[in-house]
Amino acid sequence: MVKRVIVGAHYGLRDWLAQRVTALVMLAYTLLFLLALGRGPVNYASWKALFAQGWMRVATFLFLASTLIHAWIGVRNILMDYVKPAGWRLTLQVIVILALAGCGGWALPILWRS
Amino acid sequence: MPDLAAKKKRPLWYNLSPLNLPVPGLVSVLHRISGALLFLGLVWFLFLLDMSLSSESGFARLRIYVAHPLVKLSLLVFLWAYLHHLCAGVRYLFLDIDKGVELGTARITSFAVLVLSLSLTAFIGARLW
Repeated sequence: MVKRVIVGAHYGLRDWLAQRVTALVMLAYTLLFLLALGRGPVNYASWKALFAQGWMRVATFLFLASTLIHAWIGVRNILMDYVKPAGWRLTLQVIVILALAGCGGWALPILWRS
Repeated sequence: MPDLAAKKKRPLWYNLSPLNLPVPGLVSVLHRISGALLFLGLVWFLFLLDMSLSSESGFARLRIYVAHPLVKLSLLVFLWAYLHHLCAGVRYLFLDIDKGVELGTARITSFAVLVLSLSLTAFIGARLW
């Protein structure tokens, strides 16, 4: 006898977990960012110096990467709830993926420009 | 004896106004709205970050740009969206580990999310300007 359990595509738990892990990363970065800003007045020199440090660049990059994953899962859920025609849903999902990937590509030169 | 047929025909009236939602429901709806808003604002935030780090003159231009009332208002709305999404998200993380799931506690914490995110928006907004 073949026991087949029909439980869908199995990406549910992975995405559920990813949503929470990325949320924790963003929460940690937000607190770090507020601490870094609270140390003194913000002008161009201090702002530039903050983002010139290696750890700040990496932390901001991790924050943005988390944001992109988090946004993808969230927006995909919204589209699955409200956009029923498969063609429209696919089109919108592709647009969202391209927009998020584009943001990721744009963020790199912003952060690593000397 | 009451006329049951006539009684059944009485129109049903559901009050679906979001203001009639229990507070946890309102927080949930706002969590979704603020999340969608933050996604839509992502390109703009990158644009602002790019301008702020581009050069001394870019930073100065940003200062003038964000002084515009419409830009300032948008930034405040996005600041609220970020803070609400963050506070409500932390509440959901606690709900995930079964903390605060009782009805009374859930209502209090969701009310706290609304109040805290609004007051943090006011506080940080006032510090920025």
